[in-house]
Amino acid sequence: MSWLMIFSLAGGCYFFKLGGLVAADRTRPTPRLDRVLSGLTPAVLAGLIVVQTFDGGGTLNVGVGTVGLLVGGLAARRGAPFGWVLVLAAGVTAALRLL
Amino acid sequence: MFRAGDHRRDGLLLGAAVGIFGVTFGVLASASGVSAFKATTMSLLVFTGASQFAAVGIVSSGGEPLSALGTALLLAARNGVYSLTIAETLPRNGLKRLIAAQLVIDETAAMSKAQPVPEVSQEVFWVTGISVFVFWNAGTLLGVFAGQVVGDPLSWGLDAAFPAGFLALLLPHLSDRKKRLAALLGALIAVISIPILPQGLPVLAAALGAVVAAGVGNKKGKERHP
Repeated sequence: MSWLMIFSLAGGCYFFKLGGLVAADRTRPTPRLDRVLSGLTPAVLAGLIVVQTFDGGGTLNVGVGTVGLLVGGLAARRGAPFGWVLVLAAGVTAALRLL
Repeated sequence: MFRAGDHRRDGLLLGAAVGIFGVTFGVLASASGVSAFKATTMSLLVFTGASQFAAVGIVSSGGEPLSALGTALLLAARNGVYSLTIAETLPRNGLKRLIAAQLVIDETAAMSKAQPVPEVSQEVFWVTGISVFVFWNAGTLLGVFAGQVVGDPLSWGLDAAFPAGFLALLLPHLSDRKKRLAALLGALIAVISIPILPQGLPVLAAALGAVVAAGVGNKKGKERHP
């Protein structure tokens, strides 16, 4: 994690936040843009989950991390706190790896 | 109706809850090898939870820096929409507006949109925003040092901890039909593009799921939009 990355990310995030306030004086998002933007977070999160779980360097692979993800997902679905979801997913994966 | 002061208490409690997320961010950042100074600087300046998790998660799994930055920024774009929708209840000019901008996130947008009276809405925004900011940063600091103790065992399963965290962040979106479709398409695009596109691009391509879902939603539910 380089400093350049941290400052670029901070600048970009602030740009969106302030940009919305400035733009609000002039415009409102069109219904279509509004729909695209509201779908952006779920689409990117879902893509991120897939890539981080199944991307084995350009090939699709299913490893022990998949089991960890499923256990964590099940816990989240049942309302487990965020920290427990992470610990369960990491713990199950680590345990399977040690076997 | 709400009793006076209830919304202030709610804002404070929400901040405390977000503090727990801050601790987990600090622990994961630390376990991923991000220095304490860098992790706390991120929480202070970026102050956008999902984007911070994404950036650290992608970098720690050996991803391309530009891909990490792009993904984190795509996740931050929704804050711009929040700003657009709550702008009229925030201060119009000056330093207060610049500070308010940094505090526009999921929690402050939801809390202030729930208040119909503009003055109350702005007060709730400040209480929630300041509370979340303080707890998020205090949580990160705590997590960074806790991570130096528990980070080593955690790092054994770190590659599963990140996606599980993203799944926990995704679940609340899935109750909405259109967001569910966007998520499904995003996942599908990622699966298809992993063998085709260079590393780092599949997650960015997943954003197209939102564009396709918006088009489909348009045909099926035009009358739903007033």
